[in-house]
Amino acid sequence: MQVTSPVREPLVTGGKTYKDITHDVSRQVEGKPSVSWLIGMAVALGVLLLGSIALVATLWEGIGMWGLNKTVGWAWDITNFVWWVGIGHAGTLISAVLLLFRQKWRTSINRAAEAMTIFAVICAAMFPVIHMGRPWLGAYWALPLPNTFGSLWVNFNSPLLWDVFAISTYFSVSLVFWYIGLIPDFATIRDRATGIRKSIYGALSMGWDGAAKTWMRYEAVSLILAGLATPLVLSVHTIVSFDFATSVIPGWHTTIFPPYFVAGAIFSGFAMVLTLMIITRHVFGLKDYITMGHIELMNIVIIITGSIVGIAYITEFFIAWYSGVEAEQYAFVNRMFGPYWWAYWSMMTCNVISPQLFWFKKIRTSIAATFILSIVVNIGMWFERFVIIVTSLHRDFLPSSWVMFYPTLSDVGIYLFTFGLFSTLFLLFAKFFPVINMAEVKSVLKSSSEPKVNNYNGKR
Amino acid sequence: MERDKNFVLGIYDDEDVLLSAVTKVRESGVKIHEVYSPYPVHGLEHNLGYRRSRLPIAAFLFGLLGTTLALTMQFYMMKYDWPLNIGGKDHAPIPNFIPVTFELTVLLAAFGMVAVFLISSNLKPWAQPRLFDLRSTDDKHVMAIDLVYNSAIERDRIVEVLKSSGASEINNKTFE
Repeated sequence: MQVTSPVREPLVTGGKTYKDITHDVSRQVEGKPSVSWLIGMAVALGVLLLGSIALVATLWEGIGMWGLNKTVGWAWDITNFVWWVGIGHAGTLISAVLLLFRQKWRTSINRAAEAMTIFAVICAAMFPVIHMGRPWLGAYWALPLPNTFGSLWVNFNSPLLWDVFAISTYFSVSLVFWYIGLIPDFATIRDRATGIRKSIYGALSMGWDGAAKTWMRYEAVSLILAGLATPLVLSVHTIVSFDFATSVIPGWHTTIFPPYFVAGAIFSGFAMVLTLMIITRHVFGLKDYITMGHIELMNIVIIITGSIVGIAYITEFFIAWYSGVEAEQYAFVNRMFGPYWWAYWSMMTCNVISPQLFWFKKIRTSIAATFILSIVVNIGMWFERFVIIVTSLHRDFLPSSWVMFYPTLSDVGIYLFTFGLFSTLFLLFAKFFPVINMAEVKSVLKSSSEPKVNNYNGKR
Repeated sequence: MERDKNFVLGIYDDEDVLLSAVTKVRESGVKIHEVYSPYPVHGLEHNLGYRRSRLPIAAFLFGLLGTTLALTMQFYMMKYDWPLNIGGKDHAPIPNFIPVTFELTVLLAAFGMVAVFLISSNLKPWAQPRLFDLRSTDDKHVMAIDLVYNSAIERDRIVEVLKSSGASEINNKTFE
């Protein structure tokens, strides 16, 4: 027997019944697309089309189209790659880590957050693939296949190869985890639908019938997948940080990178979840499911991870000074006061100062403030990667090679392309898939929802 | 009458009523075919007397396979098939093999377990599920009782047991 605690905030407000949940979530899938959705889709496709010009140009001409040079061999491509992968991390954190910790509030946001993970990882994976220059030959360089001249294999000592394995495993395991969760909800939609929709959702639901035995196995699978995805998500950004940390470039060669990157990833990911959720709950009228309580909890995660990131910046700086290595010291002074000072200070303002505003209850329970700050955080996190990558490379050991990096239209265009791709995929998901995990919300409804009639003299 | 064709269904509105109903029905000697729910009800599998799922074992074995494959592959490629001299370093540096080994372990464990789950639960895109009541994916819990399997007990007695256990509705369901 479950008991409702009067102390806890209800997770589902508005006195919803099981039927209301089915109706409120399925309605989005069943109805005609709304005007706001159509406008959103038109904008997303426009951006996608615009960006694909840059993409096709780069594939046709080669990566000489980018602003890279001999000194700065990595810039926007890897910045965007790390940025998108980082965003993806929040989805797995919500669906896997919070499942292991039995955090019931994850139930109404995990579906959309995981969708975000999958789409963000697709966007991220595009950058290393395009950077190969001739991606159609990429399989020989990235997968353990012998090359055409003999059995020369890929180098398993390279963090870049570890990345191939980490990102592809992360993508496929997240996809499977997400899909398993979707099956019962597809069945719900199937049983409400008629005609062609019934057969489409019937195939998607794989013949789910909700038998107790299947639910038992489903729960076992979810738990094990969560247990597997938790170390997996930590490993992914750890390995991404190895791309830098295992090199000898000043500003990159630090052992703090793995935890610092993981915290930063969760920080930016939660910010993106908030951006998307605030829009979704507004457009689809899901305010009783994604409540102020959810937003506040996510803001608290942002304070924590934002503070970890802030401490990491300061620690990095201290260690650079304390190490006594001149090149290392110069790299950090150059970040702060060199030609890219504006990027460094944008990063510090957006990532270290702005999340601290969430200590004020007024700010962390304000939709407008949360929405603005969530975007500010992601701008800051983009600058973080840009600062780490470009400022460390542009002035290294040989002063005669010092240069500046300037992005070209192709750099900007491909970044735009990923925005278009991400928005298109997310909008398609929001229209055709149930955005809230109905089955899981139903399973916490009895213990954590607001009663229809207020029994506590107007207070809970 | 044929077995697995004729059922009497008890419809329940509440998960806690359902949990105690399952115990009551089983104690009265009526054998439950299966219970269909719109969401996972914790403790239901226990009350129904199901054995714990062995899927975690499948996950472990597939994970073990992943570890073995990954290590074998890396040792074979890096040390035996084409040893590369990379700055005079060891051809088989175990620490460098850990990341790929970990990833392949997770990949195979997850995919293997999910495949076993889909096969054992007969989940496939072309599967035609046998649905007792469409509301079982919406807001009702449906307890199905096979009449032929319980032929030792009279139908009226089964209905009575279901009613007293708190079923809000009692229906018949016959499959062709």
